[in-house]
Amino acid sequence: MARAWKFGDDIDTDAIIPARYMNQFSPEHLAAHCMEDADVNFAKEVKTGDFIIGGKNFGCGSSREHAPVAIKAAGVKAVIAESYARIFYRNSLNIGLPILESPEAVQGIEAGDEVSVDLESGKIKNLTKNTAFEARPFPPFMQDLIKAGGLIPYVKGRRENA
Amino acid sequence: MAMTITEKILAEHAGLDRVVPGQLITAKLDLTLANDITGPVSIREFEKFGVKNVWDKNKVALVPDHFTPNKDIASAELSKTMREFAKKQEIVHYWEQGRVGVEHCLLPEQGVTLPGDVIIGADSHTCTYGALGAFATGVGSTDLAAGMATGEAWFRIPESIKFVFKGTNFQPWVSGKDLILYAIGKIGVDGARYRAMEFTGEGIAALSMDSRFTMCNMAVEAGAKNGIIAPDQKTLDYVQARAKRPFKVYNSDPDAQYVEVYEWDVADIPLQVAFPHLPENAKPVSDGKGIKIDQVVIGSCTNGRLEDLQVAARILKGKKVHSDVRLIVIPGTPDIYKQAMKEGLLEIFIDAGAVVSTPTCGPCLGGFMGILAKGERALSTTNRNFVGRMGHPESEIYLAGPAVAAATAIAGEISHPEEVL
Ligand code: SF4
Repeated sequence: MARAWKFGDDIDTDAIIPARYMNQFSPEHLAAHCMEDADVNFAKEVKTGDFIIGGKNFGCGSSREHAPVAIKAAGVKAVIAESYARIFYRNSLNIGLPILESPEAVQGIEAGDEVSVDLESGKIKNLTKNTAFEARPFPPFMQDLIKAGGLIPYVKGRRENA
Repeated sequence: MAMTITEKILAEHAGLDRVVPGQLITAKLDLTLANDITGPVSIREFEKFGVKNVWDKNKVALVPDHFTPNKDIASAELSKTMREFAKKQEIVHYWEQGRVGVEHCLLPEQGVTLPGDVIIGADSHTCTYGALGAFATGVGSTDLAAGMATGEAWFRIPESIKFVFKGTNFQPWVSGKDLILYAIGKIGVDGARYRAMEFTGEGIAALSMDSRFTMCNMAVEAGAKNGIIAPDQKTLDYVQARAKRPFKVYNSDPDAQYVEVYEWDVADIPLQVAFPHLPENAKPVSDGKGIKIDQVVIGSCTNGRLEDLQVAARILKGKKVHSDVRLIVIPGTPDIYKQAMKEGLLEIFIDAGAVVSTPTCGPCLGGFMGILAKGERALSTTNRNFVGRMGHPESEIYLAGPAVAAATAIAGEISHPEEVL
């Protein structure tokens, strides 16, 4: 059962992964401290396939790519938020953490609700409340980037075809 | 077709005559930079590219400033990774400990960042260089790795917001920090999300370069992609003494398009303090009356420059730091450190009972050199007061400029300089 972990507005990257843990960058190490300053139980209790629900401006603050890496390595299937800070948005696409933008879904999902997401179509279902939402589609360029598997394969591919 | 300064710089670096907000472009880069936290991750990603060398060893800056002098074994390993990569790649802009400073103080000072540049840095405060009239923005380590390999990056052209600071009748002790905290207080921490913040007006023209760096530095705290100030004579005087390569000055057209325009008279802006836990909680310093402070930090890429130290020293001269307060002063670069020494500022700090540190990010990001215990409260000239940023998740940070910081260190509670002088 994939459950929702709900957080508020302006969740910053210091909350997602505090700098005191950034003297190392292995995904497992970062995952062990993911969201620690927002919810100390998160890293211990999160299950593979769970979702993070955030408010507006999710991932604001530092440019640390360690933040989406920590979330991904913690087993989170996708983040659903009202909006994202720009560097976090870029970083998530680059490292392959699925992020969805849907203010309606954020409104309609409570902590602990069972959620399912179809990443291809952007369809979000709240199985607990039996409601459905649609994430805003990615612009075509981002879709290409996601399809390529992140920035490095995308840029490599473009260079080889050039 | 009228364009803003941000649009013009990006258009030219993309080889286009014009660009419009929302357009996706690929731009040529003048500089990429990374630090000892983001650099090692970038290096790992760079190695996945399968290219042997960085695109231009003169245009890659590696600045080990965050956890240096290394605070523990793990951070020493990070520095070692950077050092070995810098050697192997013959990186020109690499500084060893003892010569390194806080990246966004160091690079402009050394003439590495110049007007008209397009710069990406694996550090969110890369936007600082906008004070020179450059387009500079923070990215993650993977974007930076791609930049180091190809010399290019993709951007969405941001909409611009214009902030006009009218008049020059500043209230006493007000600096760039107060103007930017005031602006963030008005528009919120996502008030400029994905956008360019362009600062202009007589008030900006009257500011020193140091204060302008402070303002552009904090553009990211409003969610902005970049902050920018068109170059004027002060900018040119600053860069001409430092530049080792040609640069280009851009200006916004008078009829360029802005999604929003804010106008404030500087006379209406009192000294600011941003309360925990967001920079948008900016209030007049008088609202902080009675709030006791355990630690004061003066430093960082926001306020670790010479003018900041001069202001603090003017207030601290002949005074003592309150017995319940630790004051930590961190000059931003070795040059600033040395100049502060020559001017007798360091002696003033030490006589007052302050810690004076070698340049480092240190406590700004909760690394070391002044970590807060549970329940402690700091007032800091840095840029972020997020939960746990400087230590324990139950500690608190108030943000302010150097004048309020110095006054607070003396009084032991948040204070206006007039209360201690
Ligand atoms: S001084 Fe603080 S904000 Fe500036 S680069 Fe260092 S850690 Fe980041």
